[in-house]
Parts: sequence; structure tokens; C-alpha cells
Amino acid sequence: MTAPPQANERAPSRPLQIAGRTLRSRLLLGTGGFTRMETLGEAIAASETELVTVAMRRVDPAAKGSLLDVIAARGVEVLPNTAGCFTARDAVLTAQLAREALHTDWVKLEVIGDERTLLPDAPELLVAAEQLVDDGFVVLPYTNDDPVLARRLEDVGCAAVMPLGSPIGSGQGIANPANLTLIVEAAGVPVILDAGVGTASDAALAIELGCDAVLCASAISRATDPVAMAHAIRHAVLAGVLARGAGRIERRTHARASSPVAGMPEYAR
Amino acid sequence: MIFVNGTPVDTAAQPTIRDVLVELEIDPETAGIAVAVDAEVARRGVWPTRTLHDGAQVEIVQAVQGG
Repeated sequence: MTAPPQANERAPSRPLQIAGRTLRSRLLLGTGGFTRMETLGEAIAASETELVTVAMRRVDPAAKGSLLDVIAARGVEVLPNTAGCFTARDAVLTAQLAREALHTDWVKLEVIGDERTLLPDAPELLVAAEQLVDDGFVVLPYTNDDPVLARRLEDVGCAAVMPLGSPIGSGQGIANPANLTLIVEAAGVPVILDAGVGTASDAALAIELGCDAVLCASAISRATDPVAMAHAIRHAVLAGVLARGAGRIERRTHARASSPVAGMPEYAR
Repeated sequence: MIFVNGTPVDTAAQPTIRDVLVELEIDPETAGIAVAVDAEVARRGVWPTRTLHDGAQVEIVQAVQGG
């Protein structure tokens, strides 16, 4: 058995590839939470993302849908999600409807198990992932920060795994960096940190820990200035990539002087 | 009677999916919408011909903002 790759060996010298598709940006943007379409458009531009998520809901005949127009105008692709689904059955049907509506076989698979925490329902998630892979989908599952579940999702053919940093919209950052590191070490598919990012440093940390990309929604859309935060998080992701490539120093219990010990003058008392 | 997005709708006998969309003033040519009938996708190509039985549960969905 070979040792899992160290974080530095996963340093992204090449662009991110998911299911054979090359993405120059390692930031995915969720479109939820923006109060104005104009702001969403500007945030897409500031983030330099290439992929934005959308949800599927009942048609509102009164609302003229400009969302897809805003996204298309910025030249980015949609990644439909199955947000709001609590069973594998509902998630599979929602993904199939999204494929029909949006002409994409990519899906960010969400199967939620609890309304208060919005944490994934692991058994339902795995069932849905397997069915969607069998149905020809490129499945990107939103998952718990559970290394075993991540492995099982990869085993059934998911094109990436999207572990949470902390609950959706909580802004708590990466609650369990140790688990995230275990997921990254073992994964043979891209790891995209999904959920929990509160500010730019969380995104940088995700990449430094070895994630291949970060998905942000609320951190940007609900910031006081969403466009400025989109800009900040884009740079944080880039900083994380550069820092990971540069190779961080080891953590030490005690100090290690950076100034030389030798040549210290002895001052008159 | 059929159910569209959870709301009962009185229709002519055995309407097509397209008939229902037109009745609800949803342009069947609109990009970005999809239809499920009784929890199965009804592809766009069958909308003009697929008839709906009494009590059919129709969901018409589109992309909205979401994370």
C-alpha cells in the first residue's frame, strides 16, 4: 500500500479538472442570497468564477426570470443543485429536471437530513449519487466532512467530493481541518470545500489544506459588500494556491529564532 | 382536474402538457423550464402530445438563485 500524497504533492500546478473539463478558476459561486441581480452579475465578474450554482423551484409566472440571462451575460456555466431535497428520490428527480431545463448533466447533489443544521443525510446521499452516476450524470456531492463517506462517494463514481467546512450559511469556517486533511489525502477526485466559508481567510485555508477548489455562496452574497468580498475571496483562493505550492513551514511547539545566535554583542553592564 | 405545482387546475378533458402551459400563460418555448408528471420527467419533445389524466400531478420548475 502506497502512502497517501502529502499536501504539497497535490499543489495545483495545473488547472483544475473535473470529469475531463478544465476550470481555470478554483472558486465556484453560489447564486443564492444576492438581493439584486445586478450585484450577482458584478460578483460573478469579480470572483472570476466559471461555474455558478442554481436551485430548481416551481415556476413563478409573475416573475420574469432574468437569472439565466445574468449568468449567460457573464459567460459562465450553471451548476444546478438539488438543494431542499430530503430524499434520494426527490434529489434524483430534481437533478433530472435540471438536466432537462438547463441542458447540463452536471449536478451538485444535496440530500439534506436535518432542517436546522442542513447537514447531509449520508445514506440517502450515497443512494442518490449512485443512481445519478448510473444515469450518466457528473455528480458533485455536498457531503459531510467524513473521510469514509467521501471515499464511498468516490467509489460509486462521483466526479468530485464537496465536503462541508461547517453548516451551510453558518460562516463558521472549517470546523474540522483534520478530517478535511484526511479527505484530501485519500481522494482520487477533486475536493471542493463547500459550505461554511465566512470570509477570505477560510477560503485560503481550504486550499492550503489541500482542497482543489472552494464553493462560496453566503460568504459573498450576504457580505456587506458582496462584490468586494467576491474580489477578496478570489484573491484568497489564489493566495492559498501559491502558499501551498510554496510549502509552509512545520508547526513547532517552541520558538526557533530567525535571527542568528552567533555574533550577539555583549553590552557593558 | 389536475394539479399544477400543488394547485388544483380545472382543464378541458385530457389536456396536453402544452395546453396546460398555455392555459397558465407560461410560454412553452421558454428556455430553462422543465416538467415532471407524476414524479417523472416529461421531456420537452412530448409536451404537445402527452395527455394528462384526471388527478395528474404536474410540477413545472425553473432555475432560481441558490447555493
